Amino acid sequence: MQIVPYRVVSRVVVGPATVTLGLVPVAQACVTAAPGQFMMVWCFGIGEIPISVSGIVNGGVIEITVRAVGATSAAIVDAGVADVLGMRGPYGTAWPMGAVVGRDVIVMAGGLGLAPLRLAIESMVSGRAGQRSLTLLIGAREPAQVLYAEQLPAWRSAGADVRVTVDVGDSAWHGPVGTATAVFERMSVRADVAFVCGPEMMMVSAAQALVRAGMSPAQVFVSMERNMHCGIGHCGRCQLGPLMLCRDGAVVPWEMVSELVQVSGR
Amino acid sequence: MSSDAVILDPRSGMQALIDALDTAGYRVLGPVLRDGVIVYDDVVSESAMPTGVRVEQGAGRWRVFQDARPERFSWTPGADSWKRFVFPARSEVLRIRRTDGSWTTGQPAAPDRPLALLGARDCEVRALGVLDTVMLGPNHPDARYAQRRADAFVVAVTCGEPSSTCWCTSMGGGPQPHDGFDLRITELSDHAGHRLLVQPGSDRGEQIMAVLPGSDAHNADIDSAAHVVQRSVDRLPVRLPGAELPALLAGSELHPHWDDVAARCLSCSNCTMVCPTCFCSSFSDHTSLDNDEAFRTQEWASCFQLDHSYLGGRPVRATTAQRYRQWLTHKLQTWTAQMGTTGCVGCGRCTTWCPAGIDIIEEARAVIGSQMVAARLQPVDVYVHPR
Ligand SMILES: Cc1cc2nc3c(=O)[nH]c(=O)nc-3n(C[C@H](O)[C@H](O)[C@H](O)COP(=O)(O)OP(=O)(O)OC[C@H]3O[C@@H](n4cnc5c(N)ncnc54)[C@H](O)[C@@H]3O)c2cc1C
Ligand code: SF4
Ligand code: SF4
Ligand code: FES
Repeated sequence: MQIVPYRVVSRVVVGPATVTLGLVPVAQACVTAAPGQFMMVWCFGIGEIPISVSGIVNGGVIEITVRAVGATSAAIVDAGVADVLGMRGPYGTAWPMGAVVGRDVIVMAGGLGLAPLRLAIESMVSGRAGQRSLTLLIGAREPAQVLYAEQLPAWRSAGADVRVTVDVGDSAWHGPVGTATAVFERMSVRADVAFVCGPEMMMVSAAQALVRAGMSPAQVFVSMERNMHCGIGHCGRCQLGPLMLCRDGAVVPWEMVSELVQVSGR
Repeated sequence: MSSDAVILDPRSGMQALIDALDTAGYRVLGPVLRDGVIVYDDVVSESAMPTGVRVEQGAGRWRVFQDARPERFSWTPGADSWKRFVFPARSEVLRIRRTDGSWTTGQPAAPDRPLALLGARDCEVRALGVLDTVMLGPNHPDARYAQRRADAFVVAVTCGEPSSTCWCTSMGGGPQPHDGFDLRITELSDHAGHRLLVQPGSDRGEQIMAVLPGSDAHNADIDSAAHVVQRSVDRLPVRLPGAELPALLAGSELHPHWDDVAARCLSCSNCTMVCPTCFCSSFSDHTSLDNDEAFRTQEWASCFQLDHSYLGGRPVRATTAQRYRQWLTHKLQTWTAQMGTTGCVGCGRCTTWCPAGIDIIEEARAVIGSQMVAARLQPVDVYVHPR
């Protein structure tokens, strides 16, 4: 097991207790992550947690977006510019970018779920991925918590149909209120391929709505979450029935998990 | 006459084997009766190993009997398993020292001597094979495990006295090891006397065998060994249809029987701690007092612990029924999809060492349906004539 030192070069607060950190390798770099893959991110003396790569900018700065929910994530959120964090990875499966070529794509994100999707979205809006069309539905708790809000205009002008919905609006909010799934159900959008990431309940309702709208469960992809200690198949914690999510996931086709998530406590 | 097998004296021959392994550079581990239970530990003298020891095992029950008979392997394994030596209950995996603005990492030192495991039963040899598929998977092989395991010299033993908790033949193995060993001992006791038949399973096994003070085995010895195996097979009824379990357990998630077990299960983790294939673990970080050095340990953990499934502030598997279901279905059903092998070798430890006397076989039968199980049971012919 080797942990690779990375120095924090930027830190932007992007929401309540949530930051985006830019990291560069102190010496050797890890292998470049594919969209949707995660790293084990380590804070000296505290612990190590799975975090998705949310951006690769300026030729090698790795971006991660982290919300403080416990000891390790809080320590990572508290890291300042010039601090050193550790990384291992990348691990797990990636969004299947090959599947979007020439297709109509819908991406649905709930809250922090936009972070693991951002590399895939950027690959699509930049034209590299070769999709026919891109619809992006972003759900957030409130307007101030819309992740990467400053990037949305650029994604729109690159041709993406970007829609944002919030659970609770404010006086300045003119967009829809409600879940991303509810917004999807009011639209008449057609898609061949879907990428969905957010809290498990959100993914379940979104994936079910997409399938109800006629999509194949093999073409709807979700990013599943379970406790992870190792990322390399040795701790047994990330099991979801027959899957080990650090290896067989986190990104899986909905058809692989639709029945598993019906039973609570799996 | 069979020159690829030798006959050893059960006492002096055993000592010669220990000495030969020691001379070849191995740390010799073998069975020792301690505090009323068989454990595995360093052995220097054959006299430290059990003689005339019999055990009685049942659900939540283990009793040892000592008699004057000379048999060396007339017992079945206790709670201890060889897993402890190739995958220690707690081990350091990484040490990191903070240096100017960054850090340096160090890997813990390799064990000084390779291990010799003296007395591994078929279920135990196969359990090591199961652990291998987990720890030595193609993408992230565990280098420390690989080292301990690859060099380990395995002296396997044919079981002549199965316990009532033994169900290896249901899981496609037992009672005689067929591969995964360097030497195999079959203890013989017939009109020709009490003796050990030793057969090689590898080149290095042959090299060790060559220096043992044995006489060449005769066909009568080979036949006698076949008799031992057949007698054990007769005493090992097939209790579950091992290969069919993944299919039979599929769709059992909502069976009411999980709640029935949960009313008895203490969620204590004993079954997972004694299981020779369970690999679930915790990785945790610790720091030195000056906070300049951090080290990471890997420790055995259990799917019965609440924090095992902790996710976003709560356990995914909050109830005992959910945790017992996870354990049983992992062992008998989903492991196969995950690893390509069965997760259970039928050693019976989880049954013996369950303080509530819960028997994995009975619970599986209840979930699958006894009639369904009975309909699927085929007596498995595991008996293969020794080479
Ligand atoms: C594939 C994957 C990608 C993720 N990507 C991101 C991301 O980009 N940004 C982000 O903020 N969070 C992400 N998470 C969630 C993040 O890993 C958890 O918030 C984090 O583990 C919580 O650790 P903690 O020690 O701060 O909290 P505690 O609640 O104290 O957790 C204690 C331990 O439980 C485990 N654990 C708890 N919650 C989770 C969880 N949700 N997932 C996995 N293990 C958990 C960890 O081992 C953790 O160390 C991701 C999770 C997974 C599985
Ligand atoms: S589940 Fe029970 S019978 Fe099967 S290998 Fe583990 S301890 Fe032995
Ligand atoms: S389960 Fe089979 S191989 Fe294991 S000790 Fe019992 S009889 Fe021997
Ligand atoms: S995270 Fe440890 S096995 Fe998947």
